[in-house]
Amino acid sequence: MTTTPVIREFSYCLAHVPELVQYGSKPMREISRDPSLADRIVAATRSFEAAAAYPPNQAFIGRIRPEELASIERPWFAAAAESAEQANEMSVGPYGEIVSEALFYSLLWQADILSPPLFEVHDDVAHRMEKVLAAHPVLPDASPHREPSEAAAAAAHDLEEGHPLPLMFDGREVAWFHRDNRAEGREDENLMAHTLLENLCTKASGALALSWLLRRAELEPDAIDYVITCGEEAVGDRYQRGGGGMAKAIAQMVGCSRASGMDVKNFCAAPANAILTACALVKAGLHERVAVVGGGSLAKLGMKFLSFLDKGVPILDDCLGAMAFLITKDDGVSPIVRLDEGAVGRAPIGASASDEAVYRSLVVEPLSALGLTIPDVDRFAPELQNPEIMEHAGSGDVARKNYRKIAAMAVMSGQLEKKEMKSFVERVGMSGFAPTQGHIPSAVPYLGHAIDALRSGDIQRAMFVGKASLFLGRCTDLFDGVSFLLEPNPAA
Amino acid sequence: MSDTIKGLKAIVFGERDDVAGPAIRACLEAAGAEIVHENTACFV
Repeated sequence: MTTTPVIREFSYCLAHVPELVQYGSKPMREISRDPSLADRIVAATRSFEAAAAYPPNQAFIGRIRPEELASIERPWFAAAAESAEQANEMSVGPYGEIVSEALFYSLLWQADILSPPLFEVHDDVAHRMEKVLAAHPVLPDASPHREPSEAAAAAAHDLEEGHPLPLMFDGREVAWFHRDNRAEGREDENLMAHTLLENLCTKASGALALSWLLRRAELEPDAIDYVITCGEEAVGDRYQRGGGGMAKAIAQMVGCSRASGMDVKNFCAAPANAILTACALVKAGLHERVAVVGGGSLAKLGMKFLSFLDKGVPILDDCLGAMAFLITKDDGVSPIVRLDEGAVGRAPIGASASDEAVYRSLVVEPLSALGLTIPDVDRFAPELQNPEIMEHAGSGDVARKNYRKIAAMAVMSGQLEKKEMKSFVERVGMSGFAPTQGHIPSAVPYLGHAIDALRSGDIQRAMFVGKASLFLGRCTDLFDGVSFLLEPNPAA
Repeated sequence: MSDTIKGLKAIVFGERDDVAGPAIRACLEAAGAEIVHENTACFV
């Protein structure tokens, strides 16, 4: 017996991690060529107060609607909290929170399960970190891995070939991040400190989002049957790099002891595909409550930092993003994903890669299968990268480019007059507001806002269009895309 | 325009969220150019 799946809850969180920007892929490569850049990066990062007050971040955690961003004067980074107290208030929204670097380090520590440990914290900081974790109202209450006795830490240092990565806070070294220092890990380049730091950043931020999801849903961790992650990390050792396991790692950290899980990989389009997979599992009756989780991407931090340094602008790609969604059996209230035959958009291998063919497959044909046209949709959610980051780097407003293509497709399909394109984009569009974190900005940052707007009756239909640059893997020249339509629950 | 392009060898750089490589290739080939390299980049 099948049931209609619904998207019942969601959460969105950010971790403001200016000291980790130097470990992003682009900054690391540039610093190795010019070590003086490390200090310039630190000098160009912004405070927690500035990151918390940043309007796109406020939209991400649900304190403002993305439609409001267009009326906020640029540059958005000029917005500032008036005090640390106000910043703290602004860092917590209805959808989740923006955590400070200190809190995120505590989460990294909690996420580390290895012995000898990956995350080695100075003793004087450890007690403070434990207090921070214990006092947090949402995070898992498990104590961090406290095995690093002085002897174990010293042994870890002795074994280290090269140096562990220093983790700084307020200009001071507060912890180190090691490679796998066990005998079986020492010769494996996939278990180097930097690679494992990438993976643990995804785990820790994903656990933050999943914790918030449970809080919003008023569920205990054991209520979750299955967890699906959708990040771009590649977990595994030399024999199975990319093998996965992130979903169960995050679920374990949050205490979802009844859950199993798996990772869905599809570059930026993985979140949309993971949500569709979760819907299919619930519809088929395999699971009742499935959490889809996307953790943050260390590699993408500071990706555009050179442009910011050149222009004297604060480094704005300084936050890890994380999000989670709860898909359940029909509750008679929550919005539904249309899973009718032909209603889910896809990019067939044999189809042309021209924009016309892509948008016909992703937008026109799924809507047509439901007897709908493009103007019948109230909001489209394409790639929603924050334009203030992309424009400084010379890559333009990605969301706007996607809206123009949807509008052009509507004109080519005879569903819209050419003269109506501008007003159409204004009606169905919004500014991008998501951090440039790969899979995070791909359509689903709007899902939470859409659910609220559908529940309140402000909109009747929202379409999510994700894209994936499969060609970046060098195994194919293809790209991928996926789309789905969200509507109010018919019983609501 | 096509007279200017006809017979030229062209290198195509497209962008996933802007004009993709295949679209530029199709236009240039229709105008008589020979594409010697095509790449579509992803800047996000």
